[in-house]
Amino acid sequence: MLGHLLILLVSSIFVDNYLLSRFLGECPFLGVSKQVETAMGMSVAVIFVMTMTGVISYVTQVYILKPLGLEYLQIIAFIVIIATLVQFTEMVIKKSSPTLYQALGIYLPLITTNCAVLGVALLNVQMGYNLIDSIVYSFGSAVGFSFALVSYAGIRERLAFAPIPKALEGFPSALIGAGLLSLAFLGFRGLV
Amino acid sequence: MRDILYPLAILGGMGFLFGAILAYASQKFHVEVNPKQQEVRDVLPGANCGGCGFASCDAYAQAAAEGKAGTNRCVVGGRAVAEKVAAIMGTEVVEVTKKTARVICKGTNDNAVKKYKYHGIEDCRAANALAGGDKDCQYGCLGLGTCEKVCPFDAIHVTSEGIAQCDEEKCTGCGACVDACPKDVIKLIDINKRVSVFCNNHDKGKRVRQICGVGCIACGICVRQCPENVIAIDNDLAVINYDGCTNCGACIPKCPQRTISNLDEIISEVAVF
Repeated sequence: MLGHLLILLVSSIFVDNYLLSRFLGECPFLGVSKQVETAMGMSVAVIFVMTMTGVISYVTQVYILKPLGLEYLQIIAFIVIIATLVQFTEMVIKKSSPTLYQALGIYLPLITTNCAVLGVALLNVQMGYNLIDSIVYSFGSAVGFSFALVSYAGIRERLAFAPIPKALEGFPSALIGAGLLSLAFLGFRGLV
Repeated sequence: MRDILYPLAILGGMGFLFGAILAYASQKFHVEVNPKQQEVRDVLPGANCGGCGFASCDAYAQAAAEGKAGTNRCVVGGRAVAEKVAAIMGTEVVEVTKKTARVICKGTNDNAVKKYKYHGIEDCRAANALAGGDKDCQYGCLGLGTCEKVCPFDAIHVTSEGIAQCDEEKCTGCGACVDACPKDVIKLIDINKRVSVFCNNHDKGKRVRQICGVGCIACGICVRQCPENVIAIDNDLAVINYDGCTNCGACIPKCPQRTISNLDEIISEVAVF
């Protein structure tokens, strides 16, 4: 049982990494990855929102939608849940850390429409996970997202000072870096 | 009937529940905002042009309300807004010096030598990526109108002679073109200072003569002519320190390359766009 959960955790963090293997939620990946510090802030917000979304959407699906045969409302219901959670997170961050709030800027509300978050909610259902599984899977996915985001931010911080051909300065080099990082994550394939 | 009522009840119920949670949370996590900040924000134009040096009108309103920024920073609003902001802050009205964008290049198609024919995207930044653009001069206006495209006020245009020129009446000094220009050939200059060195070239004089008919060759004649001593040669380019410039124009007739001009003359010289 525990081994099964561990495998699920590792596979969601490394093998099926949302950013670098499933290519979901690329918008904040490119948007908030200029500084490690803001990437960390974003990561914490995403971990919170994703895990909570995973749990709440699972409960909603199993105990409300499914018994009533309303599975077709899945996406709408999940989006409402995500939007609420994001709003809530935004208020908390605004209160607790105005600097982080400024740094995250538009990307915080954008978690609402982040396909990675909706992806977690929908995949939990599709894969037929139980409650514990889906908590672990949601958390693992979010940690994987954060792991990729923060390491990429570290790369971009160094890229900013690297001597790069003029035509590749800025965004092009960032995209190439993302591609290489994705290739590196490809190496985890077959681990689980 | 059930098919309609159940979804309605479920989604409606979820909406109500979440709405209630958020309403409670917004009370609980309410952040106090300086009331003056909102007042200042209300009198600002809201164009978020960045002409004040802040990222947005909100950022400026915050700084002004905290007394960290002057009340006269909004160039778009001009004196009218400065008066209102000063009234809110309870301070004296300070005059707004209007700055406008000025393209400091005269390298028109006739004047500047080209090193190749550019047939790429109509964008200075794209052309600049190809060996610094089609002009031999590495510092001059490329005339492909990137500034024209980014200008939110339709104030800067590329003339028929192939360089950009700013319409000072429409220009608000927001600096969007200054940021977009890959050559840094557009400067924000006080609108009352009419005399400028219309060249951005830091090459040695001999090289300038080869590639441009009107480039600054750093001969230094203007430096000696200036009664106020505000012109200096900086890296083979004459630069006017506008703080002391009186628009006397003593430097203009002696300039062998006719690089220095009074802006009013240029405006009357150049054909309408």
